[in-house]
Amino acid sequence: MDQSCEKVLVRGNEAIAMGAIDAGCRLFFGYPITPQNEIPEYLSKHLPPLGGEFIQAESEIASINLLLGASATGSRAMTSSSSPGISLMQEGISYMAGSELPAVIINISRSGPGLGGISASQGDYFQATRGGGHGDYRVLVLAPSTVQEMYELTYLAFDLAEKYRNPVMILGDALLGQMKEPLIRKKPPPMDLPPKDWALTGAKGRKPNRIKSLYLQEGELTEHNWKLYKKYERMKQEEIRFEVIETEDAHLIIVAFGSMARVARSVVEMARREGVKVGLFRPITLFPYPEKPLREISRRVKHFLTVELNTGQMLEDVRLSVERDAEVYFYGKPPGALPTPEEILEQLKKYYGRSGSA
Amino acid sequence: MEIVFKRPECLIDVPFHFCPGCHHGIVHRLVGEAIDYFKIRERTIGVASVGCSVFMYDYFNIDVLEAPHGRASAVASGVKRARKDLIVFTIQGDGDLGAIGIAEGIHTANRGENITLIFANNGIYGMTGGQMAPTTLLGQKTTTSPYGRNFTYDGYPIRMAEMIATLEGSAFVARVAVNNPSNLMKAKQAIRKAFQMQIEGIGFSMVEVLMSCPTNWGLSSLEANRRVEEEMIPYFPLGIFKERKMADYL
Ligand SMILES: Cc1ncc(C[n+]2csc(CCOP(=O)(O)OP(=O)(O)O)c2C)c(N)n1
Ligand code: SF4
Ligand SMILES: [Mg+2]
Repeated sequence: MDQSCEKVLVRGNEAIAMGAIDAGCRLFFGYPITPQNEIPEYLSKHLPPLGGEFIQAESEIASINLLLGASATGSRAMTSSSSPGISLMQEGISYMAGSELPAVIINISRSGPGLGGISASQGDYFQATRGGGHGDYRVLVLAPSTVQEMYELTYLAFDLAEKYRNPVMILGDALLGQMKEPLIRKKPPPMDLPPKDWALTGAKGRKPNRIKSLYLQEGELTEHNWKLYKKYERMKQEEIRFEVIETEDAHLIIVAFGSMARVARSVVEMARREGVKVGLFRPITLFPYPEKPLREISRRVKHFLTVELNTGQMLEDVRLSVERDAEVYFYGKPPGALPTPEEILEQLKKYYGRSGSA
Repeated sequence: MEIVFKRPECLIDVPFHFCPGCHHGIVHRLVGEAIDYFKIRERTIGVASVGCSVFMYDYFNIDVLEAPHGRASAVASGVKRARKDLIVFTIQGDGDLGAIGIAEGIHTANRGENITLIFANNGIYGMTGGQMAPTTLLGQKTTTSPYGRNFTYDGYPIRMAEMIATLEGSAFVARVAVNNPSNLMKAKQAIRKAFQMQIEGIGFSMVEVLMSCPTNWGLSSLEANRRVEEEMIPYFPLGIFKERKMADYL
């Protein structure tokens, strides 16, 4: 059987590890934390036979800095963690954004604040999409919603990280990491990527390369920040990814990402069976946020229900995206049990009535 | 005429920004000489820490990477694991290695990462203006120990070389000083040895260098050199604390 196209039943976390290996990632650094342990466990087994390196670091701070060092050589490298660990990594992520280093960071997030719990949550949305650490920077954030996507988006993350020389984060959660689904392990088509002439490989036959984020000369840092800004603007032009379901004739559209979008999908099916015309808008890139397509839809549809596993974070991006005369409602659940489709449908019907179509 | 003393090839011909009498410049030179000696300039990566040695990239004619404060040994390990053919070293201050980055330093040594760490111990936070460091001596006045370091509040100065030497993972650990020609020659040998350990794949090497910071000690260059001799060396004895002959896995 063609190895590049096998079909397997795996957990989301394993799909991420497979995506990384298929993308050519041979270096992994991490520190144990639930609910992402299957990623380091899988890679500790599968990287060494491929000539790769696995380090169980002493902390997430060490992990992110090992990643910084490995990335600086132009090698494909990754770390994964869950919310508290991702908080510890923020300084390193800021340095990598400032030093323009590609890197892939997986956050199989859990609930907070503090030690919180290990249940699924989308409480890290702000941290992921607003930079997360100090300084005016962004990381590109991809939000898978199926096991297949966890594989494909991880693969894509390595390409995007190199395309932009910027960290890319996969934002999943406990539910996505732990659930099993069939995966078709087929590599996406290759991307044309710029040469890594910036990498530290030894100054042989060329001038020394310097990778740093310190800029002290007059005007240098201003210029550097504008350069980074342009990169984020380019991401907005070229990297927007989203999915729409039954939006064409919808009177109300649910906006949800990741595991919440899975529940929302069932809500749309149930509603449609009852003749309630709702659709789903699912952002796949959380930064850059699919503002334009959402605004486009809001010219026609005036009622949006944002559903999140938190008390309202992506809600802000939805409000910023839609036309001013559109109504944005919110149904959120802080960490604990996932809302059922029935529960959301009931909420939705309240607002659906207001859309004048009930 | 034969040239008997010149700038190491791997140092760029620019003036250092270091204060007059600061030992950082001497340590740069010794590292540069070791790199030249082994002819490894084209495959050496320097990892700069945050401290007065952060501008390493302005002085070394080699590829240089900047690490966050305290994380240079983790960053260097990442470089080395990705490219085992490269020679990787860090220069880390006492705040960097002895305080904020002590976990990374210990675990890098303990994993036996095949890198070289130059520990620039001047007993003070030079770059931030002279605050107390983990290696500040008892009684020493700094901007944050204005009454002198007192062990009941501040604990004792940490002896990093001795601590790192106890770890099975370390292969070569020495403490040297550069305050007079005789010490300087031993420092040169130790730094060369540290790079040799890495080149031969024997494992983690660290050279702690007792250094002056005339500016923040409030002393002249000569007085500072004398203080290294009279106050630092008695508490931080010089010598080789560990020397493996071959890699553990051989
Ligand atoms: C996370 C973080 N905390 C604090 C600082 C501020 N800071 C910069 S250098 C330094 C200490 C430098 O002292 P040392 O490592 O001994 O180096 P020296 O300048 O003495 O050579 C500190 C605290 C920082 N840059 N980053
Ligand atoms: S402040 Fe101290 S350590 Fe820094 S350059 Fe000046 S003398 Fe050297
Ligand atoms: Mg110091």
